[in-house]
Amino acid sequence: MTRPVGNCPNCGAKIVFQWSSSVQTVCEHCKSILVRTDIDLKKVGVVADLPPDVSPIQLYTEGVYRNRSFVVVGRILYQYDQGGWNEWHLMMNDGNSGWLSDAQEEYAISFRASGEKLPAETQLQVGQTYDWNGDVFNLTVITKARYRGVQGELPFEYWDKSEVTFADLRTASKKFATLDYGDADPVLYVGEFMEFDDLKMKNLRQFEGWR
Amino acid sequence: MSSVTPPSEGPPKAETKPLNCPHCGAAITLRALGQAVVVVCEGCRSILDAQDPQLKILQTFQKAMASDPPLIPLGSRGKIRGTEYEVIGVQRRSIKVEGIRYLWHEYVLFNPYKGFRYLTEFQGHWNDVVVCKDQPIVDARLSIPLEANYLGEIYQHFQTADANSDFVLGEFPWQVRVGDQARLTDYIHPPRVLSREKTGSEITWSIGEYVYGQDLWNTFHLPGSPPEAMGVYENQPSPVGADVKAIWVVCGAFLICLLALMIGFEMQSKKENVFSVRYHLGSGDPTGEASFVTDVFELSGRTSDVQVTTWSDLQNTWIDVNYALINVDTGRAWDFGREISFYSGYDSDGAWSEGNRTDQVTVPSVPSGRYYLRIEPEVEPLHPPIEYTVELQRDVPVYSFYGIGFLALILPMAAVTWRSFSFERSRWSESDHPPSPIFTSSEDDS
Repeated sequence: MTRPVGNCPNCGAKIVFQWSSSVQTVCEHCKSILVRTDIDLKKVGVVADLPPDVSPIQLYTEGVYRNRSFVVVGRILYQYDQGGWNEWHLMMNDGNSGWLSDAQEEYAISFRASGEKLPAETQLQVGQTYDWNGDVFNLTVITKARYRGVQGELPFEYWDKSEVTFADLRTASKKFATLDYGDADPVLYVGEFMEFDDLKMKNLRQFEGWR
Repeated sequence: MSSVTPPSEGPPKAETKPLNCPHCGAAITLRALGQAVVVVCEGCRSILDAQDPQLKILQTFQKAMASDPPLIPLGSRGKIRGTEYEVIGVQRRSIKVEGIRYLWHEYVLFNPYKGFRYLTEFQGHWNDVVVCKDQPIVDARLSIPLEANYLGEIYQHFQTADANSDFVLGEFPWQVRVGDQARLTDYIHPPRVLSREKTGSEITWSIGEYVYGQDLWNTFHLPGSPPEAMGVYENQPSPVGADVKAIWVVCGAFLICLLALMIGFEMQSKKENVFSVRYHLGSGDPTGEASFVTDVFELSGRTSDVQVTTWSDLQNTWIDVNYALINVDTGRAWDFGREISFYSGYDSDGAWSEGNRTDQVTVPSVPSGRYYLRIEPEVEPLHPPIEYTVELQRDVPVYSFYGIGFLALILPMAAVTWRSFSFERSRWSESDHPPSPIFTSSEDDS
């Protein structure tokens, strides 16, 4: 497997993409946000200092989801009134990209879903239900989150955001869904809540005095 | 390059910066490694923004903590379901029911990998609580649904009440304030409780399981003993066991065995009539000492019982018979005395009678062999002529044993059922659905 390799246009550091479909990455040295073009990498911004990490997950954490192994290659950080949370970008071993969210260490794996008719942001209301792909999703909470930064590789261009609206939906089984209003058109992610131990994660952060 | 390269700077370390309360200057410990939203200063009770490096003051409140220290101190660590947790916060909440205020405590527990869980304590009753990952199903058309389906199990509505946060201490993963109001609804399926908490428009479901104070004292290595549990708590498991029905099924199986045993012995018993002889005592026959013996008879088969029946149609008199069952060959004897009497007449209340004209006695475990019976009747001096019959039967089933066995099964079951019944009544008497009284006093005395 060959990985796309390049150099940071800002500091010249070597940039290696873990996931061949990555559209964006962040230079680990100068924190420049780099977007892949057909020929090279273009600097589009820079990541401000990130708040102190609270998640046990970090870049290069590995795990298993339903017999598919994954590695964490990037993340988007958000802040809301319950603190911060990450949407960790996963490279699955089948080449797909997935997401692992860690809000208050409630772990959920999700994948982008398409083909469903999605409500506009102004139509959202807690308690509404939606029938997607045979599952009944109940809208439980609408979160206005502040974008705080990015790290590593992402499957799309994502920077310079301010406030993003999320709608979380739950089902009677462990399935869940998130509606992301970060762009002009809403995007649906569907997945399920996971027990920490079931993800069999390795290369986690170490916390002093714990384990 | 075929493997993922780890970051060059090595494993990051959790920073432990010394922090001080901006209100009173007391040292602030952040135990949740940045996962908490607020932290309460132990010195001045200010609620501080744990996400803000400056620990902005969010609320100050006055409450003498010394009068009500947490039962499990902040910073205590213990293993729950295999994971080590640290107690990082405690909140006292209260509800008012019919003018009475009920208090309870909620402890916030933290593990940097597994997140948060909670312990609640009310009058010595504890619950281990986590936020539900699955959404319980309720009938949304009702304002207070009477049951909830969680993971396929039905939980019964127990109580809905408005709770107030009286004071908080330590760290919390949500924006807690003293004076916070929430509407709590509990559904129970002992030993579990499903709780719905509504604050503003946000609804949180959590699932708790009853735990014993002593187990927590061991878990957190606490000195002394936990406060004694008072009364019956909403999701406390019944001491009788959760399922009285299941015990009845087992009991029913034993009863069937008993019945099968009875039928088996009934079929096996020979119920052999050995002899039946009628004797006559003429009036004025000398009383006492007039003993005689029967012919020798054969008791065959397995060692089994012998039933001797004495019967007479006597009227207003009695007869005493002393028996001896004697083995011809070994000389072994079984002695027993029986009495029958019968009196009847008329008085102002009409006809009356007392006594019994028949007597039956069972001699257990008589081996086979040749036997005879020595009979010694005794009557009152001036007796009318008396005829009496002596019957001897071999290998007769004894039903009284089964009666005892039946009672031995049924009585404890009745006790268990009653205990369970009264436990459930105590449980539900504290709910929004108290049981109606068993004995209703008649109000309409006309």
